[in-house]
Amino acid sequence: MAVFEKITLSKAINESLRASMEADPKVLVMGEDVGKLGGVFRVTDGLQKDFGEERVIDTPLAESGIVGTAIGMALRGYRPVVEIQFDGFVFPAYDQIVTQLAKMHARALGKVKVPVVIRIPYGGGIGAVEHHSESPEALFAHVAGLKCVSPSNASDAYWMMRQAIESDDPVIYFEPKRRYHDKGRLDTEAIPDPLHKARVAQPGTDLTLAAYGPMVKVCLDAAKVAAEEGKSVEVLDLRTISPIDFDAIQSSVERTRRLVIVHEAPVFLGTGSEIAARITERCFYHLEAPVLRVGGFHAPYPPSRLEDEYLPGLDRVLDAVDRALAY
Amino acid sequence: MTVESTAARKTTRGGGKRATAKKAAPAKKKAAAAAPAEAEQDQLVQLLTPEGERVEHPEYSIDLSADELRGLYRDMVLTRRFDAEATTLQRQGELGLWASLLGQEAAQIGSGRALRDDDYVFPTYREHGVAWCRGVDPTNLLGMFRGVNNGGWDPNSNNFHLYTIVIGSQTLHATGYAMGVQKDGADSAVIAYFGDGASSQGDVAESFTFSAVYNAPVVFFCQNNQWAISEPTEKQTRVPLYQRARGYGFPGVRVDGNDVLACLAVTKAALERARSGEGPTLVEAFTYRMGAHTTSDDPTRYRRDEEREAWEAKDPILRLRTYLLNEGFADQAYFDSIEEESEALGKRVREVVRAMPDPDNMAIFENIYADGHALVDEERAQFAAYQASFVDAEEN
Repeated sequence: MAVFEKITLSKAINESLRASMEADPKVLVMGEDVGKLGGVFRVTDGLQKDFGEERVIDTPLAESGIVGTAIGMALRGYRPVVEIQFDGFVFPAYDQIVTQLAKMHARALGKVKVPVVIRIPYGGGIGAVEHHSESPEALFAHVAGLKCVSPSNASDAYWMMRQAIESDDPVIYFEPKRRYHDKGRLDTEAIPDPLHKARVAQPGTDLTLAAYGPMVKVCLDAAKVAAEEGKSVEVLDLRTISPIDFDAIQSSVERTRRLVIVHEAPVFLGTGSEIAARITERCFYHLEAPVLRVGGFHAPYPPSRLEDEYLPGLDRVLDAVDRALAY
Repeated sequence: MTVESTAARKTTRGGGKRATAKKAAPAKKKAAAAAPAEAEQDQLVQLLTPEGERVEHPEYSIDLSADELRGLYRDMVLTRRFDAEATTLQRQGELGLWASLLGQEAAQIGSGRALRDDDYVFPTYREHGVAWCRGVDPTNLLGMFRGVNNGGWDPNSNNFHLYTIVIGSQTLHATGYAMGVQKDGADSAVIAYFGDGASSQGDVAESFTFSAVYNAPVVFFCQNNQWAISEPTEKQTRVPLYQRARGYGFPGVRVDGNDVLACLAVTKAALERARSGEGPTLVEAFTYRMGAHTTSDDPTRYRRDEEREAWEAKDPILRLRTYLLNEGFADQAYFDSIEEESEALGKRVREVVRAMPDPDNMAIFENIYADGHALVDEERAQFAAYQASFVDAEEN
């Protein structure tokens, strides 16, 4: 147990996997290149060396196989944490996740549990090629039986992973890959927030910016700029995409009366759509402006030379802040 | 019912056919025909011929007591009866759908009886005979077909996993489970059931890869019943299915799927191989789906009556019955007692199904998550309030 003053988000996940494996011999790590290489992002660096090939399992290059066998191991009493190398590669496993993993607990009338964690490095901003920058979280959050989370900082990355592994439910853990190298404080002896609770990352009074994962930093930066312009913007780090902590959003919006939701995924039928609809229902008489959304377009993720246009940046977020405040 | 009486009629005929001279004749005819498909069939492991004749195989032998043989017969007859009852119940509107196992009793009972209690089974949706061998109450299998649940039994109470409808998915679960067994240092084995159609699925290929590279103690039991709904096996593969295993680095064996003794012997050997750390085996049980794919299907649109008739001559129950009679292992009184038992089973199944209550409305929200979920809680409460509003209106 330790306090890290400056630890990267990826190293925090590594520490979390390590601590979870030490705490419970049933925890396994599986995926392509997770062993000697330590994963293409080095998130599992050193784990195979310390825990052996039996617990840190390099798998064939077959995503459905990775998830499908993880389900089988969970049925046998193990707690596998599988790595999908990149967001766009999860689709070969989508069938196993949606038709099998999500439903098995219900189909067995609660008699079996399938505590599988699926780690997906997701999102853009790293100049990658096709299929390496997508944000498919809404596709998973839409499926009953799955839980989805995305940390935005090192401390959450550590604690949310530990909690995801301890959960008896399948959890899709979206890792903001462009924040892997961002550093933050981590106290491994702290008492963490519950897994599915949103957090006020920056208090404010005029408007709420709600985001998760990679967009939290963009929103914090936007709040800083807005503050220089005399606007007090609250930033809510949702942390969890299924379930969404609507109570926290509601409580923030009842104070600020304006809401802008920011995510990298396409706006159409995305996480923001659900939040806008629910918050309109819950906070109709509190709202001074329509709930606005900032996100990706209804377009395939563009070639990386165009990703800065596609991804919500400071300007697009501030523009939405201005529009909401203009009502 | 109809099937039972057909079987009984044929038994009489089959018994009469059993003269040595007559046996030689079809063998000759077979050699003369020598079509490639038939040549493949010649490689079948067989211990009991369609005529009810016991034969030996150099690699697979079996020595069962009369009691054990009668047990296999009883299993097959009761399974067939259960299946027929379920089909009838579907026709009567009591079940939404039924996937009949008619014709596949030997493959399922033979392999099912090869298992040890601590082995684990991952079935597809037609393994009623295997479920029977595992001690799963057959009426439990009907819940999902009646629409009162989507699975409905505790997989761990009989080491028999839930039926899996997406074909081939369960082969990966079996492989992963077997990898877990291996990690535990246990000496049990896992068996995955699937069909010839599922053999085309990527998940089956991936399960072959995973099980081979990890040397997982799993047996892949493919019931090649010749038809994947309306698609014949030729639409799934250009090589006999059991030969696929070689490309993955483990053995494949084709067994006469209508021969309960051969299915038992071959599966036992494969399980033993898995237990002793030699890895996976693919068993292809060469059999035939005598009925429709499910009760929604109409096989008369895509297959010829003659084909079914040819397979009826290889009926798994009929041949064991002939053998039991000829060897004096069972007499008419025994068969009558089994018939009586099967009547009682049919009656019980009928009664239990008809008495199966619809689930409570609130079951929609049950067991979605083990640790709870805020949205489910919210929607459950809303739905409960909505329902309660009707009660209030009535009271007012």
